[in-house]
Amino acid sequence: MIDYTLLRVIWWILLGVLLTGFAVTDGFDLGAAALAPLLARNDTERRVLMNVLGPTWEGNQVWLILGAGAMFAAWPMVYTVSFSGFYLAMFLALGTIILRPVAFKFRSKHESARWRSTWDVLFWIGGLVPALVFGVAVGNVLQGVPFHFDADLRAFYTGGFLDLFSPFSLLAGVLSVAMLCMHGAAYLAMKTEGALHARSRRAVMLCAITVLVLFSVGGYVVNWHMVGYQVASAINTQGPSNPLHKHVVTQLGAWTQNYYTYPWMLTAPLLGLLGALFVFMMNGAKCEKLTFLCSGLSVAGIVSTVGVSMFPFILPSSTHPSMSLMVWDASSSQFTLQIMLIATIIFMPLILLYTAWVYRVMRGKVTGQSVESNGQSY
Amino acid sequence: MLPAMSTVDLSRFQFGMTALFHFLFVPLTLGLVMLLAIMETVYVMTDRVIWRDMTKFWGILFGINFAMGVTTGLPLEFQFGTNWAYYSQYVGDIFGAPLAIEGLMAFFLEATFIGLFFFGWQRLSKVKHCMVTWLLAMGTSFSALWILVANGWMQHPVGTTFNYHTMRMEITSFKAVLFNTVAQAKFVHTISAGYVAGSMFVLSISAYYLLKGRNLAFAKRSFTVAASFGLAAILSSLVLGDESGYLADQHQHMKMATIEAVWKTDKGLAPLIVFAIPDQKNRTNHYVLKIPYLLGLIGTRSLDTPVLGIDTLVAQAKTRVVNGIHAYSALQTLRHEPNNLMALKTFRHHEKDLGYGLLLKRYTEKVTDATPAQIDQAANDTLPNVAPLFWSFRVMVGCGFLLLAIFGFAFYLSSRRAFADKRWFLRTIFYSLPLPWFCIEAGWLVAEYGRQPWAISGVLPTFMSASTVPASNLWYSAIGFALFYAILFVVDIFLLKKYIKLGPDGVAKAHPDLFGAIKGGDA
Repeated sequence: MIDYTLLRVIWWILLGVLLTGFAVTDGFDLGAAALAPLLARNDTERRVLMNVLGPTWEGNQVWLILGAGAMFAAWPMVYTVSFSGFYLAMFLALGTIILRPVAFKFRSKHESARWRSTWDVLFWIGGLVPALVFGVAVGNVLQGVPFHFDADLRAFYTGGFLDLFSPFSLLAGVLSVAMLCMHGAAYLAMKTEGALHARSRRAVMLCAITVLVLFSVGGYVVNWHMVGYQVASAINTQGPSNPLHKHVVTQLGAWTQNYYTYPWMLTAPLLGLLGALFVFMMNGAKCEKLTFLCSGLSVAGIVSTVGVSMFPFILPSSTHPSMSLMVWDASSSQFTLQIMLIATIIFMPLILLYTAWVYRVMRGKVTGQSVESNGQSY
Repeated sequence: MLPAMSTVDLSRFQFGMTALFHFLFVPLTLGLVMLLAIMETVYVMTDRVIWRDMTKFWGILFGINFAMGVTTGLPLEFQFGTNWAYYSQYVGDIFGAPLAIEGLMAFFLEATFIGLFFFGWQRLSKVKHCMVTWLLAMGTSFSALWILVANGWMQHPVGTTFNYHTMRMEITSFKAVLFNTVAQAKFVHTISAGYVAGSMFVLSISAYYLLKGRNLAFAKRSFTVAASFGLAAILSSLVLGDESGYLADQHQHMKMATIEAVWKTDKGLAPLIVFAIPDQKNRTNHYVLKIPYLLGLIGTRSLDTPVLGIDTLVAQAKTRVVNGIHAYSALQTLRHEPNNLMALKTFRHHEKDLGYGLLLKRYTEKVTDATPAQIDQAANDTLPNVAPLFWSFRVMVGCGFLLLAIFGFAFYLSSRRAFADKRWFLRTIFYSLPLPWFCIEAGWLVAEYGRQPWAISGVLPTFMSASTVPASNLWYSAIGFALFYAILFVVDIFLLKKYIKLGPDGVAKAHPDLFGAIKGGDA
C-alpha cells in the first residue's frame, strides 16, 4: 500500500485541485451571471450571454459536486464540520446555486417578458450569492471556526449565522466576487462581439484592479493583523485520523510562516497577483485568449494561496485550537485514500480529455443571430 | 450529547422530502435518455429523418426534466454534511467513496455531454452526435450504479470494521462494498424502474397525440419503441424486485417481516398476506386475506425454512442489545487504554452488535447502566411502523403488475400494428401516466422507511446520525425547501404541459429549421 503520509499530502493537493478546478471553470459561469444585469441590456444580449455559458456550464459545476464528494470521501471530518457548522450559509449558497440549472433551461422556454425578467433576476442571484458566500466561508476558515468535538468525535459548532460576517470575511467575500467577475467578463469578452464584448472588456479592467487591491490588502491583514495557528506538539503524520491528540497554539502572522519555511510556496500568491496584473495588460492589448488564460491563472493562484498558507491545517478551530483539523489527523483511512487515488488516476485524464473536446466543438463566438436561428438555444 | 429529537425529526422530514422530490425526476431522466439513444441509433442506422426529429422533440421534454433533476440533486449531496454530520463522520470512510466515484465516473460524463446533446446537432456528424447521446445515457446509468452501491451498503453494510482509534467505521474490502448483492439487485431493480417511467412517459404522450389525431407518424413510432422497451424494463424490474425481496429476507429479516406483516414465526411455509389491517399495538392483523404457502416460497425459496416473524426478531434484537452493551463498555476502556488486550478481545467478539448497544443512547447516555426495561425498549425500537410499509409495498407491487399488463398489451398490439384505433386502450394508457411514479415513490418508502430505526442497518441508529444543528435552523431550511420545491413543481408542470400540448407540429411552426421531416401544423 502507498505510504499514508504521502497519500494524505496527495489528497490535500487533490482537494486543492478540485476546488481550484471549480473556481477556474464554474467560476466564470458564476462571474458572468453576477455581471449579467450590467453587461447584457436587452433580451438578445441576455440570450447571447446565457448561450455563451450554456453548452458547458453543467460540466463545470461538477467540479463543485466532485469537490464536495471528494471532501466527503477523503476528508470526512472537514466535510461534516464545515457543512454542518456553516449550516445556514451553506443553504444560502446551495439554495441560490440551484437556481441556475432551471434558469438556464426555463428562461427562454416561454415568451412572456415578466417570465423572462423573473428568471433573469434568479440567474443573477444564482451567480452573485454563491460567489459571495464561498468567499465569506473561506475568510472564516482562515480566521478559525468555533467548533469542538466530544469523546465520540461528534462535532459541535458554537457560532451563529451573523458571526460569519466579520470585516475580514467580507473582504474575502468581495474579493471572491471580484475575482470571479474578472474571470467571467474575460470569458464573455472572448466569446462575444459588439456592445456586449465592449462592456465585458471594461468590466475586466475594473475587476482586475479590484482583485489586485483586495488581494494585497488581504495579504497585509493576514501577515500583520491576523492570528494564525501552529502545532506545538510532536506530529505523527502516519497516525490515526483523530484530531484530539495534539497541541496547537495561536500566533500573530502564523499563516505566512510557510513562505519562510518553503519559499517555493510563494508561487501561489505571486501567480494571483501577476495573473491579475497581466489580465489588466493583455486586456488593454486586446489579446482576448491570453486575458482569459491569465485570469484563470490568477484565480488558481488566489485559491491556492489560501491552501498553502494554512498547511498542514485544513480547518482550524478558534475556540479549541488543539482540535483543529489537519492534513495528518482528519483524513480517511489509508485504504480508502488509495482506492480513491486509483479511481482519480483512471478517470481524471478522461474527464480532462472529453471536456477539452467539448470546448473545441463549441469554439468560436456566439452572436445574436446564431442564438435566434437555433431552435435548441437557451 | 445527542442532537435534540426535534432536530432529528426535522432532518428526516427534510431529507425525505428532498429525496422523494428528486426521485420524481431522476427515473424519468434515466428512462428517457435510453429511449433518446435508441431513437437516434435508429436514425443513424436507417437515415430516416423522422427518427432524428423524434430524438429532438423528446429531447426538449428530457431537457426540462433534466434541469429539475440537477437542481434537486445538489441538495442531497450537501445534506449528508449539513444535516447528517455524525453519520458522515461515522461512515464517511466508506460511504463517501462511491459518491466521489459517482462524480468522477458519472456526473462529469452526463453533465459534459448534456450540453453537446442540445448544442451539437449542427456541429457534429450524425454518428458523433449519436455517440454523445449514448455517453449521456451511460453517465446517468453509472450515476444510478454508484448511488445504489452507497445505498446498498446502508441496507446491508459489508466489508467494513469499526476502528476505535478514529471512532468510526472503516473499509476493509472495497470489493465487498462494490459487489454487495443487495446493491447489485437494487441497482438493476431501480434502473429498470427508471426505464419503465421513461417508457410510460413516451407511451402515454404518444397515446395523447394518437387520440387527438396529431403527429401520427411521430406518435406511432414513439409508441412502438416505448412499448417494447417498457415491457423489457417492467419484466426486469419485477424479477429483480423479487430478488431484492429474497435478499431482504436473507439480510434484513425485520424489513421483510414488516412489509409482509408477519407478527409470529410460523413453522413451515408462511402464507402471503394480500390484504390486512396491521395492528401495531397488539401485534396482530385484522381482516386478513391470505394465500397459503406463497410467502414461504418467495421469501426463502425453500420448502422448510421459516420466515422469521416480528416476535422472534424482537427477541433476537434484545440479545443483540445486551451484547452491544458489552461492546460499548469495552470500547470505553479502549478509548483510555488503546493497548488493553482483554478489552480489545471483548470488543471484537461483540463488535457486530455495537449498533444495537447504541440504540440505548436514546434512553441512557452511558449505555452501560441500562435497566432491563430500557433494554426491552431498545429491542422494540428495532420494529418500524408496520402499516405504512405493508401498504407502500402493496401499492408498489400492485402498480407494477398493472404496468406489466399495460406494456404487455401495448407490445402485443404494436407488434400487430393495431393500436392506433383502440381508443379505449389509448385513453387507459394516457391516464396511467402516474403509475410508475406511484411504484417508485412507494418503493423508496419501503427501502428507506423500512430501514428505520437505522441509518446504517444494525450499525448506526438514525437518531444518532443527525448534526447538532439548532432546530430553528432546520425550520428555515425545511420550510425554504418546501416552498421553493412547490413553486418549481408548478413551473415544471406548466412547461411540460405547454410543450406536450404544442407537440412536434407546434414546435416546428415556431422553429421551422429544427426538424427535418415534421412540418409546422403537420397532422
